[in-house]
Amino acid sequence: MFYRETGQFKTSYTADEAIFPIAQDRWFIFGVIAIAVFVVPFLIDDYGANAVLLPFLAYALAAIGLNILTGYCGQVSLGTGGFMAVGAYSTYKLVTAYPDLNLIVIVILSGLITAAVGVLFGLPSLRIKGFYLAVATLAAQFFLVWMFNKFDWFCNNCATGQITMPTVDMFGLQITGPGADPATRYLFCLGIVAVFALLAKNIVRGRIGREWMAIRDMDIAAEIIGIRPLQAKLSAFAVSSFYVGMAGSLYFGVWLSSAEPGEAFDINQSFLVLFMVIIGGLGSIMGSFLGAAFIVLMPLVLKNFMVDGLNIAVVTAKHVEITLMGVLIIFFLIVEPHGLARLWQIAKEKLRLWPFPH
Amino acid sequence: MDWLFFTEIVISGLMAGVMYSLVALGFVLIFKASGIFNFAQGVLALFAALALYDFLAPEGWFNQLFGFTLPVPLAILATAGVMVIVAWLIERLVLRHLVNQEGIILFMATIGLAYVLEGVGDILFGSDVKPLDIGIPQGAHDYLLDTYGLYIEKLEIFAAATAAVMVAVLAVFFQYTRIGRALRAVADDHQAALSVGISLRTIWVIVWAVAGFVALVAGIMWGSKSGVQFSLSLIALKALPVLILGGFTSVPGAIIGGLIIGVGEKLAEIYIGPFVGGAIENWFAYMLALAFLLFRPQGLFGEKIIERV
Amino acid sequence: MESAAQMSHGKKIGDIVLAVENISLSFGGVRALSDISFQVREHQVLSIIGPNGAGKSSMLNVINGFYHPQEGLITYRGVTRKQMKPHEAARQGIARTFQNIALFKGMSTLDNIMTGRNTIMKSGLLWQALRIGPALNEELAHRERVEQIIDFLEIEHIRKTPVGKLPYGLQKRVELGRALAAEPSMLLLDEPMAGMNIEEKQDMSRFILDVNNEFGTTIVLIEHDMGVVMDISDHVVVLDYGKKIGDGLPDEVRNNQDVIDAYLGVSHD
Ligand SMILES: Nc1ncnc2c1ncn2[C@@H]1O[C@H](COP(=O)(O)OP(=O)(O)O)[C@@H](O)[C@H]1O
Ligand SMILES: [Mg+2]
Repeated sequence: MFYRETGQFKTSYTADEAIFPIAQDRWFIFGVIAIAVFVVPFLIDDYGANAVLLPFLAYALAAIGLNILTGYCGQVSLGTGGFMAVGAYSTYKLVTAYPDLNLIVIVILSGLITAAVGVLFGLPSLRIKGFYLAVATLAAQFFLVWMFNKFDWFCNNCATGQITMPTVDMFGLQITGPGADPATRYLFCLGIVAVFALLAKNIVRGRIGREWMAIRDMDIAAEIIGIRPLQAKLSAFAVSSFYVGMAGSLYFGVWLSSAEPGEAFDINQSFLVLFMVIIGGLGSIMGSFLGAAFIVLMPLVLKNFMVDGLNIAVVTAKHVEITLMGVLIIFFLIVEPHGLARLWQIAKEKLRLWPFPH
Repeated sequence: MDWLFFTEIVISGLMAGVMYSLVALGFVLIFKASGIFNFAQGVLALFAALALYDFLAPEGWFNQLFGFTLPVPLAILATAGVMVIVAWLIERLVLRHLVNQEGIILFMATIGLAYVLEGVGDILFGSDVKPLDIGIPQGAHDYLLDTYGLYIEKLEIFAAATAAVMVAVLAVFFQYTRIGRALRAVADDHQAALSVGISLRTIWVIVWAVAGFVALVAGIMWGSKSGVQFSLSLIALKALPVLILGGFTSVPGAIIGGLIIGVGEKLAEIYIGPFVGGAIENWFAYMLALAFLLFRPQGLFGEKIIERV
Repeated sequence: MESAAQMSHGKKIGDIVLAVENISLSFGGVRALSDISFQVREHQVLSIIGPNGAGKSSMLNVINGFYHPQEGLITYRGVTRKQMKPHEAARQGIARTFQNIALFKGMSTLDNIMTGRNTIMKSGLLWQALRIGPALNEELAHRERVEQIIDFLEIEHIRKTPVGKLPYGLQKRVELGRALAAEPSMLLLDEPMAGMNIEEKQDMSRFILDVNNEFGTTIVLIEHDMGVVMDISDHVVVLDYGKKIGDGLPDEVRNNQDVIDAYLGVSHD
């Protein structure tokens, strides 16, 4: 009875163009943000931050990035792991070269560097489409990881390619490095993710977002009505990579604190983020969050259940986990190919009619 | 330039290329018949090799259950049987429920499938490296070595010959058998296939089973060379550039593309690798395919399509 | 040359805005257009008719730069070209609809029509991300214009519906809306009434004439229904097997023996 659109007449296009036109949605989002800001930091511990919240936030940002490219602009990319690596290594180089630079600036700069690299690897999209392009983006994945492994300039002449995040303070609070408070790390990531998610939402519902979707839905017609394919596709690659780069920056800088290119950024990362996007819902910013939460939580739940609940050996549990992960993904694709965002939508429809079914 | 050395590289490139072609062929078969970009093809090869190993090894489940191991030819047949069952299960449990979904959803489903096959393979057979010896000759080919001074692995020659036979068999199968023609028809037009009198589901099972056999052959070859292990599933990644080069639907494209990538990669490793620090085989094939596409976006054998509205 | 200002339907027909000269186009062995020339005048409604496969759609595709003819020139408002990209033609003020509906299926009616305004919208990525100031004002201003088009086409009720879910007739209307949103100076309509019932055809004819009268938009139209063609056109060009076999006022064309033969041979409507 409480979730109602009726009675909320929009008297201007301004109101109709608001980000959450329905009041209840607005309250819901404010509620979530309030809890995330005022409650969670007091409950958080190292486990909660490292196992759940930080990966969730970093991946959510990466998923938004990939969703912009794949869900909104229709260009499938399997290079997300490689682009996250660009963000991570940019952060490392910047932090070690300019220790006094504000961390937020560093994160954004890392995103910008990744955006440039993304545009470069997006160039083939002008000539090839669909799965051909998807395979082509693997070139980025393998080349970038190889590059970070091979040239030790990127890790300041280390021998292994491994990078470790130094301690960085902001406004007197330690955010990265050993001993940083989980609540501070969490709030830092939360702030960045919340702000940039909002900006992404704005972009996708404006002219540029519509151009991306037009290219996605029918590229020929899009060009005939005046959309320049070059600009539309490359801007999608740029914005997408910007987000993925920032995600890589948080992933390495705040969450993992140390990373090694072969492992932290391998092709499985690309798949993982793609799963988040698909399970969350292609073409939905909200879905990117839901998908990230799902993929981060699922292995944790499975593992807890098997190792602690059923006393299965850890190695076997790992194998069972991989299997179940595959099964769940297939199951999910069969049940709801439009993702959690669609389920969310349906739930809202139901709620709108409740308690009268028709 | 040392021509003998060069020839050696080219030949071994061709040999490796044939293996890529073999894996690419599995992709092409499935893509042609069902429009599915099957990412699980590599894991299918791993799974086949694991099953084969199990029928042969004293510590395998088969021996533990029945008290004896199979001779090589029977083991290969039994594994082929396993691949048919796997194909049937895939159709029954996955594909059937995903008809008419978009390509990317099907692609994701095959990644899920790859996880399942990998996980099940690990649970059943363990994840340690297993030596696969089915009596394929090893070492250098003496005649070539003595007469021409060429160092070529016997295993590679054997693999190339097998792959060539495999390709020929498939070509005959597609050209001259009823099922083969139905498979080709389904690639062009689903209705046409139905009029041949074979249901779409049966066709899918068959095509996945055939892709399973191709995977088995690939699994045997790569397994004999470097043991049965997880990395075997990564050969799929090596076959992907072949696909962009040759086209997702072209059998000759898969073969020629494989050879080009095989040779190009070996040459690059020797002549370019040293200048950039080596280990470029992971990405070079992709760059080669990409560079090629810039000049010929329709791939090796594709016709230039003029889109219409 | 006859006087630039012809009178027809009581409105002003102006100078030549589009000249098609000696256009030839083939696909492999298929010759879709051979040596076609004709002219379109400002504010005119020009119909291209002809049996299926005559090359009508190909002609529109040549005009808006999607197909590149092997021979011939196109002059639009004084700019002569042999080849150009479709988006450049769009930016010259040429908009169109398609024989097979080419809407953006995943987007709502409103978004589809808003997309039609992409050539007019200016604000950059940063402003749009912030969605304040110029970006927001621009978005709202364009939204208002789009709402006018929605009112004009009487599709208010499906504003937020994903177009993939709409019936065929409404989709055609949304497509017209998307083309109009660009505020084109020339509108190319490829069989806008195909598959419609009488009532829908009447609606669509009315919309087309209204656009022509109110905004002065020049219209090039492909249509099979001779009744409609005779009713709304100022000028008719007839194609058959890629050749031009008729070009004149509706009445002249109706009585042209070649045209009658072509139509009797193929039997249309
Ligand atoms: N993109 C294309 N590729 C190949 N042939 C084409 C293409 N577009 C049109 N044609 C051919 O050109 C001829 C004219 O087609 P079209 O312009 O669509 O005719 P109409 O619209 O008058 O029915 C037909 O024979 C058609 O098959
Ligand atoms: Mg036509």
